[in-house]
Amino acid sequence: MKTKLSQLAPGESGIIKEFTDLEMSVKLMEMGCLPGEAIQVERIAPLGDPIAVNISGYQLSLRKKEASTIILQ
Amino acid sequence: MKANLKVALVGNPNTGKSTLFNSLTGLNQKIGNFPGVTVDKKTGQTKLNAAQEAMVIDLPGAYSLYPKSKDEGIVLDVLVDPNNPAHPDLVVFIADATNLKRNLLLYTQVADLKIPVIIALNMMDLAKRSGIQVKVDELAAKLGIRIVPISARSGAGIDDLKQAIADANAIPLQTDVLDVNELAPAGMVERVQAQFKLANPYTALQYLHHYQQLSFLEARQTESLAQEVQQSDFNSQQLQARETIARYQFINEVLFDTVSSPDNPIQESYSNRIDHVLTHKIWGFAIFMAVLFIIFQSIYAWSEYPMSLIESLFIWLVNAVHDYLPAGALTNLLADGILAGLSGVLVFIPQIAILFAFIAVLEDTGYMARVTFMMDRIMRKVGLNGKSVVPIIGGLACAVPSIMSARNIENWKDRIITIMVTPLVSCSARLPIYTLLIALVVPDERMFGLFNLQGLALMGMYLLSMLSAVLVAWVMKYLIKARERGYFIMELPVYRMPRWNNVALTVYEKVKAFVLEAGKVIIAISVILWVLASYGPPAKFKAIDQQFASPAYTAKYSAEQITQLKASAKLENSFAGILGKSIEPVIKPLGFDWKIGIALITSFAAREVFVGTMATLYSVEGDASRMDSVKEKMAEARNPETGELVFTLPVAFSLMIFYAYAMQCMSTLAVVYRETKSWKWPITQFVYMTAMAYLASLLVYQFLK
Repeated sequence: MKTKLSQLAPGESGIIKEFTDLEMSVKLMEMGCLPGEAIQVERIAPLGDPIAVNISGYQLSLRKKEASTIILQ
Repeated sequence: MKANLKVALVGNPNTGKSTLFNSLTGLNQKIGNFPGVTVDKKTGQTKLNAAQEAMVIDLPGAYSLYPKSKDEGIVLDVLVDPNNPAHPDLVVFIADATNLKRNLLLYTQVADLKIPVIIALNMMDLAKRSGIQVKVDELAAKLGIRIVPISARSGAGIDDLKQAIADANAIPLQTDVLDVNELAPAGMVERVQAQFKLANPYTALQYLHHYQQLSFLEARQTESLAQEVQQSDFNSQQLQARETIARYQFINEVLFDTVSSPDNPIQESYSNRIDHVLTHKIWGFAIFMAVLFIIFQSIYAWSEYPMSLIESLFIWLVNAVHDYLPAGALTNLLADGILAGLSGVLVFIPQIAILFAFIAVLEDTGYMARVTFMMDRIMRKVGLNGKSVVPIIGGLACAVPSIMSARNIENWKDRIITIMVTPLVSCSARLPIYTLLIALVVPDERMFGLFNLQGLALMGMYLLSMLSAVLVAWVMKYLIKARERGYFIMELPVYRMPRWNNVALTVYEKVKAFVLEAGKVIIAISVILWVLASYGPPAKFKAIDQQFASPAYTAKYSAEQITQLKASAKLENSFAGILGKSIEPVIKPLGFDWKIGIALITSFAAREVFVGTMATLYSVEGDASRMDSVKEKMAEARNPETGELVFTLPVAFSLMIFYAYAMQCMSTLAVVYRETKSWKWPITQFVYMTAMAYLASLLVYQFLK
């Protein structure tokens, strides 16, 4: 079973393996989400979506649907 | 280097680019537009040393040359087109030392365009504090360029940067990053280079990726590029992904022995601890509501004194003009036309300044991004986007800049809906109308000894406007078809203290833009209005003069009373009066008389005109020597037939509701046209809002009556 970034709870982290969406992956990589990079879920917005993650030392926010295109190792 | 060197500031958002721009140029800046789009183009002069000056262009923040937003599109357009007036001789790339890896992605792209470049390495102090060590000289040697460590905030290193700009070479010296020919199917880049006579292969590659977007290409050229792309196996998305990975490989190699980060990079930062509270399930929303509450209370409370000061100044001026200048049409034009209009413009300054100061602080501290983060879920439900929060909150000040700021929303549908509903949000131009009408009919009393009733009524109007915006957005979600999918991938910048210089500069810019831009319209309309209200069909005016000169009147009334009655009769028969009367049957069910009708008509140019119109209408009618405030005049206004007060509670509220919904702003419509590049949207907006205004006012008046 593949783990998606959207399945992590706050505080949990993983290593990015690949993306399921080519178009989104370009934007995500521009923002520093690269295969091999460690990513940690920092918090979930009060209403359950979007989420805030820590990637290469800064905070990025993305929707759960977008996070579900990131497959972790 | 050249006499007037053109320097462009390029960098990621939130790297201190505008702070650097401000400290380089100070108040020597001009704000214009890039041709064809409404992205702010800031330019300014800077003195590099005793002998040299440079023109600095602040390009919008971008993460890469593959544009995902209009802002990023501008950066691409300017850097790729050597004939663009903003195309720089030198790029100063601002990089955030705490996040070099991501920052360098755009740098490597800019470097490959072979424009001379130097790096201003910002936030070195922050990097040091979090344990990041940058070997600046080694990094510079590897990239083949100059790197100047600076602190845009404190101003440290700015002089070094200026010197580096002055010393910069006219030819690009940077190390090659990628072999561009490998980033596209074989032969393609060379063919484009030959066809368009491009010296640089990476520029040619950008042509291939973005031929549909680059504004400077002619239709014929776009077509031939499209053919080239179709014939060869050119998968733009895939090639972009491959290029990005290759660039990061280069960056990783460069940074490997030049930058060292602490072993435990993921640690609880102070910013994170603040987020625990500010984006908390309960506290997060409570604090957001409290912030909004404070903003409105402040606008109300703090602007009162300066506003009444400005008002009394103008009352004094108008009196002085009447007293010291010979009576006549010109004096009247100056006093009741121009000065009244000018006062209508200047009186807004305190409110606009306070609101923009708050917005600037919220943006600058990083709080606005958290609001976006918290609100995205709700906003998405109604067809908006977390990013719509900024334009919608900005709509509290003025829809015009807010609609422009909606360009940050990448998704077309979200953006259109945001643009369509932003003018429903109570802008500052409505505020004086609300405050005036509320002061007229709502008692200045406290409820439970705590809440000021007038303040509550005002807050009610604001909540209503927000609610309406949300409801309309929700309806439009089902009416407008989506063109592409929406993104919400956004950086949450670290919390920082606001940079007061930037805040002050923003306030100054907004006030200046308002006074100059909106001011022109308002004064022009005030003068036109004065003419319309002072003149009418000559035959009628002559008849009135004769009527009041007849013994029937001179015997019965004093000279003073006659002047007043005559003025009133003249106003009713003036061009404005005729216009107001002709629409009276339509607006009567809303509780409005023909005088309010005049105000409604003139307000379609700009809402601000309402108060000015009222002032003009009632001063033309009234006794010129008794120049009390508009409010007092309106409070005393009575229907000449029935003798009842004009501004009763139902009328005032009906009027407020009308102003809440009606699309009464030419500038907004013009901006919507510019932003959407089609008349369809401004016309739709005008029709739906005005229809809503009429129906809502009708309901309110008939219900309260």
